[in-house]
Amino acid sequence: MLFYALKRLGVAVLVVVTVSVITFSLLHLSGDPAAAMAGENATQEDIEYVREHYGFDRPLIVQYMEWATSVLQGDLGESIYLKEMPVVEIIKVRAPVTMTLGACALSFALLLAIPLGVLAAIYPNTIIDRIALTIAVLGQAMPSFWFGLILMYTFSLGLGWLPSAGSATWKHYIMPSIALGYYAAPAIMRLTRAGMIEVMSSDYIRTARAKGLRPGIVIFKHALRNAIIPVVSLSAVQLGFMLGGSIVIESIFTLNGLGWLAWQSIQRSDLFVLQAIVLTVALFYIVLTFLADLLNAFLDPRIRVR
Amino acid sequence: MTSLTAEMLPSATEILEPSPGAILRRRVFGDWGVMIGGGVLLAIILMAIFAPLIAPHDPLDQDLYRKYIPPIWHDKGNWEFLLGTDRLGRDFLSRLIYGAQISLLIGFSAMLISGVIGTALGVAAGYFGGRVDMVITFLITCRLAMPVILVALAVVAIVGSSLSVVIIVLGLLIWDRFAVVMRSSTQQIRNLDYIAAAEASGCSTMRILLSEIMPNILNNLIVVATLEVAHAVLLEAALSFLGLGVQPPDPSWGLMISEGKGEMLFKPWMIVLPGGALFAMVLAVNMLGDGIRDVTAPENRN
Repeated sequence: MLFYALKRLGVAVLVVVTVSVITFSLLHLSGDPAAAMAGENATQEDIEYVREHYGFDRPLIVQYMEWATSVLQGDLGESIYLKEMPVVEIIKVRAPVTMTLGACALSFALLLAIPLGVLAAIYPNTIIDRIALTIAVLGQAMPSFWFGLILMYTFSLGLGWLPSAGSATWKHYIMPSIALGYYAAPAIMRLTRAGMIEVMSSDYIRTARAKGLRPGIVIFKHALRNAIIPVVSLSAVQLGFMLGGSIVIESIFTLNGLGWLAWQSIQRSDLFVLQAIVLTVALFYIVLTFLADLLNAFLDPRIRVR
Repeated sequence: MTSLTAEMLPSATEILEPSPGAILRRRVFGDWGVMIGGGVLLAIILMAIFAPLIAPHDPLDQDLYRKYIPPIWHDKGNWEFLLGTDRLGRDFLSRLIYGAQISLLIGFSAMLISGVIGTALGVAAGYFGGRVDMVITFLITCRLAMPVILVALAVVAIVGSSLSVVIIVLGLLIWDRFAVVMRSSTQQIRNLDYIAAAEASGCSTMRILLSEIMPNILNNLIVVATLEVAHAVLLEAALSFLGLGVQPPDPSWGLMISEGKGEMLFKPWMIVLPGGALFAMVLAVNMLGDGIRDVTAPENRN
């Protein structure tokens, strides 16, 4: 187990390095980050000033090493727009909102998808299975921002039950979580269904049934426990995707999280903040999948040998 | 003697057994997903191709005197503008029809770019295995760690937005599923006898990859390609919705939803119509993809 964990950790570190290089080079894609930062109406002098101030005139490798060193020390640079505030501080304020949204959205997806997947697997090729499959197919085709707008139209503009914008109370999180989580539900449902169908036909389930155990115990204690293992890593992956995709939902519901911050930063050409957000979200994804790998190996010893 | 002739002649069941082509045809036409999804998609594609003939107006033609005409089912509807007009007086129906062009163009082009990258990587990883596989798996892991929408937005914001930038950025970002599926499909057939036979008879690696491996993983490739078109269409709509995809005045469905969201309360059709069009297209493409998978490889369902 320790060897496996160290191996995964090694890969994760390599991924972090690669991702940081890509994130770093994003800023230099346009050829001249100084011009991009100074804005459209900048004079040549302004651009020169920005270039020298942030050291864009040095070799790329030197810039990357310096950037990487300061990132390792917890320094992600300063925001250009927000009065040269440290980017780390801004992200610390905004990240919890996106985390909460991601956690709520994932919970919603799991609460919707796992029962549906189990039901569909217990009654395969019945009307229940058909309904579950229909929900999955519809969910995969529904653009999340459109679904969010329709939720907003129905529940805040129409019925007036829920607030349409902001992040002040738990009520503000209901619609964004549903809009964001619904997109992840189909994949989780299909995987639960496939896993359950496979497990339900295995020998130990037949034994459990032959022993005369109640169907509920067979399904939940024996079958679901094993069928759910792949769902663990899928959930981690989906949560990572949601953190990255939350920008669309946050901009609709003006939730004050990382996604909204990213959108604002794009509007303000605040590229250091944007770069930091991309790096933060990627790091979260890497940590999440690493933890999921470990959890998987802990749950299923066969994985450790591979 | 009689028994000998009976053995030589094909039995009645053998004669009645349908040919593989007939089985495939029957499966295709018996599959709801392929028929409905394919039908709707075909209709949308025809609509996009013949947009200049079908669209009643020029999608870019503005006239502020006729702005915000509601659709025909409203009291104030106008037969000249069946689905009404937007805030600049442009015909909504024509914009929807031309929007299909942009969605399909971006969806298919991004799919082609990502398909070439992903298939090359996936097949190479599956066929060569070992270090090559390790490196490519690592690349896939890195790609998955990059948040697609955020990176796409960042690139578009830095490089500047245009149709080709959106296509290239999406194409370079969404090759992961191609690579994953092609890799495992190749692994599955890598050690079969006909590959070994081709290797033993001295075929070049290129020939083995192109004429032994590719035809046998083609059905999986088509399924992923279909689903990736839908993925790219959704991403383009999200980018345009955020104002960093297709730029005004071009009619993109995502952009139309974004333009309509301010008027949503009193004019809900302004987001329902383009959103519904987007939903219908993605649903049709997904149904077609799922259907093709069920038809060509029923064992891969779920």
